[in-house]
Amino acid sequence: MTLVKESPAVVKASPAPPAAARRRGRRENLAGYLFMSPWIVGFLLLTAGPMVASLYFAFTDYNLFSSPKWVGLDNFTRMFDDSRWQKSVEVTAKYVVIGTPLKLLLALGVALLLAQSRRGQAFYRAAFYAPSLIGASVSIALVWRALFSDDAIVDRSLRLFGVEIGGWVGDPGWVLYCLVALTVWQFGAPMVIFLAGLKQVPRELYEAAEVDGAGPLRRFWYITLPMISPVVFFNVLLETIHSFQIFGSAYVISPNGNCGPADAVLVYTCYLYQKGFDEAQMGFASAMAWMLLLAVALVTAVLFWSQKKWVHYEEDAR
Amino acid sequence: MSTTTATSATAPTSPEPSGLGRRRTGSLVWHVSALLVLVVVLYPVVWVIGASFKPSKEIVGSLELFPTEPIVANFKGLADGIADIPIATFFQNSLFYALGAVVGILVSCSLTAYAFARIRFAGRNLMFSLMIGTLLLPYHVLLIPQYVMFQKLELINTYVPLLIGKYLATEAFFVFLMVQFMRNLPKELDEAARLDGCGHLRIYWSIILPLCRPALITSAIFTFINAWNDFMGPLIYLNEPGNYTVSLGMMMFMDQEGVANYGGMIAMSLVALLPVLVFFLAFQRYLIDGMATSGLKG
Repeated sequence: MTLVKESPAVVKASPAPPAAARRRGRRENLAGYLFMSPWIVGFLLLTAGPMVASLYFAFTDYNLFSSPKWVGLDNFTRMFDDSRWQKSVEVTAKYVVIGTPLKLLLALGVALLLAQSRRGQAFYRAAFYAPSLIGASVSIALVWRALFSDDAIVDRSLRLFGVEIGGWVGDPGWVLYCLVALTVWQFGAPMVIFLAGLKQVPRELYEAAEVDGAGPLRRFWYITLPMISPVVFFNVLLETIHSFQIFGSAYVISPNGNCGPADAVLVYTCYLYQKGFDEAQMGFASAMAWMLLLAVALVTAVLFWSQKKWVHYEEDAR
Repeated sequence: MSTTTATSATAPTSPEPSGLGRRRTGSLVWHVSALLVLVVVLYPVVWVIGASFKPSKEIVGSLELFPTEPIVANFKGLADGIADIPIATFFQNSLFYALGAVVGILVSCSLTAYAFARIRFAGRNLMFSLMIGTLLLPYHVLLIPQYVMFQKLELINTYVPLLIGKYLATEAFFVFLMVQFMRNLPKELDEAARLDGCGHLRIYWSIILPLCRPALITSAIFTFINAWNDFMGPLIYLNEPGNYTVSLGMMMFMDQEGVANYGGMIAMSLVALLPVLVFFLAFQRYLIDGMATSGLKG
């Protein structure tokens, strides 16, 4: 107990009796594991274990009632030949590639706007953030269906500009954009993060640049963007990963939850759900899940690799 | 909201020094743009309020936000329930799920975060990396095996599969949020407490937890809203209408009488949104600050 008074750094350096130090270390270990025990159990039981099981199922034919039968790469070859799987990849890719940049650009644009003025900022920030909280709900998906249906507000507003689409929800060519609009509408969460990043850019930098005669565009390009690049990276990473996994809104927005019409909003996870829970093809669905994991891992790896080139961390902060 | 916009003329604008006239126009442009975004953002929410007081037939076609003759029949109709199940049942189920999730997250994530932030134990860094890794892991990889497991344990159609993860700190986001918060509390607190003979449990309970209140509130509200909105979990694990949450109840409503009773469905949408909107209005500071810090320190 004599060691207690000293800070941990001193403990290491002092010629304390090694037995006592060891005892204390062991006590700390025990305390650590006890506090961590819910997480450790959860990680083994609900994450690591299922991951291994899922990898095994991916190579089996398994319908939940008879035991899994090893089929090698069969699920994967069947998947690549499956036209609905191809469609789901295409729909998800479109959704990610169109929706995520639009959402992030809007988030950045509005954050830049709000950062200009302090007055009213808190109010607007809160109001713009609200959709991010309710956007995933069934209620809003149903409201969305109504707003984008034939003769409703979106249709009528577009007609003012001579654009005739009719109802988006029943139209295989447009229903995906209805879903994209729902995602973009939830730009508030990344906007809040951009705004927090913008607040941390030192003002002196802008003043110095202005003395040097840099206009607003150059200041944005050479100061703002590099300075907030860590939050840009964070937002791009999280939003991309999330949009790969969209499920609920696509399910609800399409009538009867079949991700139609004509599989137009058959996002990847919807097809996975249909395979696993409507058709009880647990092996095929697990193989699909692993393909999703690979895709997400690939995108994450590319983003992390590319950040060396465009993300600037402050020396002392990291 | 009208007061903040009305006093715009004196608002300090962009960091660029400019003439007074230019600053005024700049401010005007700022407010017009902000208001425009506001209209688009809030339109769906205002729409659903107005629409729920309209007769079913007028909901989609009419462009007026609010009906000239508001009716409450849509809400009255909700008293009949959906498929003979009272609406209150769905709300009770959702409330049970959401509150159960909040308790689980607060207990399990704060214990885990305390260990990460305040105890030096062997393997801490490895576990921390694993925890961050699960933050990026798509949930769908775990979906099928977890379902198989809960099916074998005969726990389908109970709330156990939906809640157990919350009690085992599997939601890495909240662990991470709390770790960040705890790391910023001064180390001297623990040392002083230890001098007084406090063990980790005492330090956690009497010192760290009370100081973590903002992070705990943020986590609680987010958890409540996520559980309230959750659709996939209940869809997969609950299959008896009496057990349905509000989200599933609404889907059933839509399938059974959505076309015939459109007004009722819109009214139900509004009622289902209310708890989230109320929480948001009451706690928006905590939510927004929580979001902002998660991004900055990530």
